[in-house]
Amino acid sequence: MNRHTGQQATLFDAEPLRLDGGALLSPVTVGYETYGNLNADRTNAILICHALTGDQFVASNHPITGKPGWWTRLVGPGKLIDTEKYFVVCSNVLGSCLGTTGPGSTNPATGKAYGLDFPVITIRDMVRVQAALLDHLGVGTLMAVIGGSMGGMQVLEWLTTYPERLHSAVALATAARHTAQNIAFHEVGRQAIMADPNWHDGRYYDHAAKPDKGLSVARMTAHITYLSEDALTRKFGRNLQARDAVSFGFDADFQVESYLRHQGSTFVDRFDANSYLYVTRALDYLDIAGRHEGRLADAFRRAAHVRCCVISFTSDWLYPTVENKRIVHAMNAAGVPVSFAEIDAPHGHDSFLLDVPEMDHMLTGFMTAAARARGLEA
Amino acid sequence: MTTEQLRPDLKLIADLIEPGSRVLDVGCGDGELLDWLVRHRDVDGRGIEISQSGVNECVGKGLFVIQGDADNDLAEYPDQCFDYVILSKTLQAVHRPRDVLVSLLRIGKKAVVTIPNFGQWKVRMSLVTRGRMPVTKALEKTWYNTDNIHFCTILDLFDLLEAEGIRVREFVPHTARGQRLNIGRMRANWSADQALFLLER
Repeated sequence: MNRHTGQQATLFDAEPLRLDGGALLSPVTVGYETYGNLNADRTNAILICHALTGDQFVASNHPITGKPGWWTRLVGPGKLIDTEKYFVVCSNVLGSCLGTTGPGSTNPATGKAYGLDFPVITIRDMVRVQAALLDHLGVGTLMAVIGGSMGGMQVLEWLTTYPERLHSAVALATAARHTAQNIAFHEVGRQAIMADPNWHDGRYYDHAAKPDKGLSVARMTAHITYLSEDALTRKFGRNLQARDAVSFGFDADFQVESYLRHQGSTFVDRFDANSYLYVTRALDYLDIAGRHEGRLADAFRRAAHVRCCVISFTSDWLYPTVENKRIVHAMNAAGVPVSFAEIDAPHGHDSFLLDVPEMDHMLTGFMTAAARARGLEA
Repeated sequence: MTTEQLRPDLKLIADLIEPGSRVLDVGCGDGELLDWLVRHRDVDGRGIEISQSGVNECVGKGLFVIQGDADNDLAEYPDQCFDYVILSKTLQAVHRPRDVLVSLLRIGKKAVVTIPNFGQWKVRMSLVTRGRMPVTKALEKTWYNTDNIHFCTILDLFDLLEAEGIRVREFVPHTARGQRLNIGRMRANWSADQALFLLER
């Protein structure tokens, strides 16, 4: 079957990318997708930043799973992010595994996959690569940068690193730092991968067997944090999976177990275990205020011209309202024009990906006003 | 656009705002006042609003509004970052009115506060004759379901402002429809539905 596998650009081949950790990376290949056309004035570009295990296929079918893009609900012709009006760019983040350089890519120094020789990266490093991709595509300034969860963290790093290239910014269900609990959950995931005998200290690329068990358990743990207790209860309760009574064994008696196992086992088909280590590490290292002596507001001082929108969800306990409000208060203190709402939604952290009409309503208002201020016709 | 009519009670507030200033409207509702100020007085306007529908209306107008309330969200703003902070008919609904008043003048150089006057004769008569908590047009909910938990009279507010060393630059008692009453505070306390205070440290 001939599937669209996306576009790629090779960047940082002349001048290497200097990472926050001090290492140099060259070259950097970026897998990306674009939708719509850049207008003559180059004022209609929107960058969408994906979450931890997301990818550039925001509004086109996934090349491995064949499933529709992860945000087709909002991105496409005539939709909230209208690809007939905007030039939409979405790229696979640095360190990931769908066309962008990561631990599974070939290390030019050895001719073999990097594995754990790949340098540890940060959210800001991901953003540096996105900025270079936009240069490559001839996009100077963005009408908007938009993302949820880890995508929202990239939005925040855009505001701290390249504010002069932004007209507006939307951060959904996100945080400016990882808390101890966030780090703790990720550590469980990483330890699960590293405990898998097929992991081989990250040098599994030549082996037929991959650390699928470990990656699957990592995904199962993380998946619980994306849903609310209420959502799990409503969806599964204590319902049994294809049986009338518990088995007094360790099969997936409960529907919730079966569901999680399915989430884990399908995840390994589309994600690389080492990429999971690197990208979760990048999240854990995020502490934007930490770079500014604990004053988050100082991080946003150069962004006072950027129209911002921050949204949290009542049932999100991964990046709860309090973390989102910290961002909003810092923006206010820095004089950044920001709108914020905590939207009532039952689905947990994943609410930003799901059908939440109040979110759509607020985003529609924000985007329309931002486009008007940009001189784009509504 | 310049012919748009602002609600008369909001017009009283708008008349006090210098063009081009930085304004925070606390409890901005659907953003009617803020939107008017942005478009006709060229202000840099921000809002705080508790209701989701209010926030959405405001954002759709291109305003910058955060969902929150006066009790919890004023503390995070830096000192003197606004020229005016507006608190319109909201003081009676906050948990700590005294702290809120102090915050208004910490973050704003001036504050515009309007209150429903609980000392007005109709309210007093209602309590005297009915022996029950007054329910009037301006104060239309009953005691057990009202959001208005800290009522005061015009004289009460003057007392608090004095105790806090806050100066009253302008005092505009008015009717529920926003019609100015050219009377002093004693008579206003008896007859005004509402009153507007322009405050300063």
